[in-house]
Amino acid sequence: MADKSKLPVPQPTPETQHFWDATKAGELKLQKCEDCSHIYFPPRPFCPKCASKSVKVFSASGEATLYSYVINHRPHPAFDGPYSIAVVTLKEGPRMMTNIINCEQTPERLRLDMSLRVVFEDLSQDIALPYFEPMEASS
Amino acid sequence: MKSNSIAIVGAAETTELGTIPDMSQIQLHADAALNAMSDAGLGLKDIDGIATAGESPVNLAHYLGITPTWVDGTGVGGCSFMLHVRHAAAAINEGLCTTVLVTHGESGRSGIGRGAYRGSPSSLPGQFEGAYGGMGPTTSFTIPFLRYMKDTGTTLEQLAMVAVVQREWAARNPRAKLQQLTSVEEVMNDRIIAYPFTKSECCLVTDGGGALILTSAERAKDFPTQPVYIVGTGESVETPMISQMADFSSSRAFKVSGKKAFDEAGIEHNDVDHLMIYDAFAHLPFYGLEDLGFCKPGEAGAFIEDRNTAPDGGSLPLNTNGGGLSYMHSGMYGMYALQESVRQLRGTAAAQVEDAKLSVCHGVGGMFAASGTIIMANEVV
Ligand SMILES: [Zn+2]
Repeated sequence: MADKSKLPVPQPTPETQHFWDATKAGELKLQKCEDCSHIYFPPRPFCPKCASKSVKVFSASGEATLYSYVINHRPHPAFDGPYSIAVVTLKEGPRMMTNIINCEQTPERLRLDMSLRVVFEDLSQDIALPYFEPMEASS
Repeated sequence: MKSNSIAIVGAAETTELGTIPDMSQIQLHADAALNAMSDAGLGLKDIDGIATAGESPVNLAHYLGITPTWVDGTGVGGCSFMLHVRHAAAAINEGLCTTVLVTHGESGRSGIGRGAYRGSPSSLPGQFEGAYGGMGPTTSFTIPFLRYMKDTGTTLEQLAMVAVVQREWAARNPRAKLQQLTSVEEVMNDRIIAYPFTKSECCLVTDGGGALILTSAERAKDFPTQPVYIVGTGESVETPMISQMADFSSSRAFKVSGKKAFDEAGIEHNDVDHLMIYDAFAHLPFYGLEDLGFCKPGEAGAFIEDRNTAPDGGSLPLNTNGGGLSYMHSGMYGMYALQESVRQLRGTAAAQVEDAKLSVCHGVGGMFAASGTIIMANEVV
């Protein structure tokens, strides 16, 4: 049986705490530069495009498309059978790693550029992880 | 660096490669270092600069009994040794030292005397990639490739062909771990590790080491071996997180490092007789061929499929030791790519490329995180 406690739990730092507070509350937060409008991830208190410290945190739409992935076939105690490790492109631009869930883990179902939406699941008492599921599956 | 000002005068691997359960990691460094010193006809007192990765240069200096005036511990993964060669060239030219020893040793298979290899859960990769069930390089290095396939129209058959052709080179190399010829069907039907990659498309996991000795080109003529001149060098880094690599079909670090090396060398791609591209997985030669400018974007799959990199007449012999897929892969393979370039330019390779004069050796560190490129020649270019 899949045992999620076998996964290393992310440990927030002062610069990323707001992101993890938000996932726990069911929201995906990104940051935007108030000088050059660049939207970026992962969190940091300055813009990686222009070095401005004038940046704000905002709620992302949670919509994304599937950029690329692998299906891991080696056994992992936290998963039942082969599972996807994916990178998605958020509607706002940045990319992030995730697992595609609520979807058959096959190349036929996991189509590049398919539409996805974020879902959150608790990994520990303090940390909820963002995952992505197909738009069409639950609509 | 100043083209042609520095030469490799000593080069050797560990006496054994493969499974070496009777040697700790630091001893693998030392075994390779002593072999390289013997190759160059030098003693410990002659070495005044050291560089290494995966092991502290302090540990190395103390273990070998060297008192250096220049130290480099740049550790950016498997291409660290390319960066060491580049930094050593600059240091020798600046007069910081005269004779540099670069070592690698890794008990990748046996794990003897090897430090822990685990990221912190508070690092950015730990926070934003660590909890998705990744199992190291097999599930991160490989992620970009489905996007590359869709962008370029490259096929899984072409990916398999990389492994097939490199096995043909390995079949001519008695030190290669895998020497049995294989086929596209066999590679594609092998056990799936991380779709779309099968076991034959993932590197070996072995024990071994290697070492290089560099000095000024002026002094190099007095050494017992054919000098291998450094004619161009490049390095760069992009990101520690595969998810943050800007373009999954092209490596920025490869492009920056490759261009810098070609500019320094002042050579054309047609001048190149021999090429090494660090192949931890079978897709890496595609990225290397394209990002270094040997192929146009998306054309590397067909280039390899058409046997342009194969033995017996290929115009651009590639990974002639068999590569990380068939020769050996300890974890930080860059040193073995450099060793093969040196052998080819000395005319001592197992699968010798006829009349090889100019070799490009391109390394990757982490998962497309870093890159180093060294261009070498056996005469002043
Ligand atoms: Zn900005």
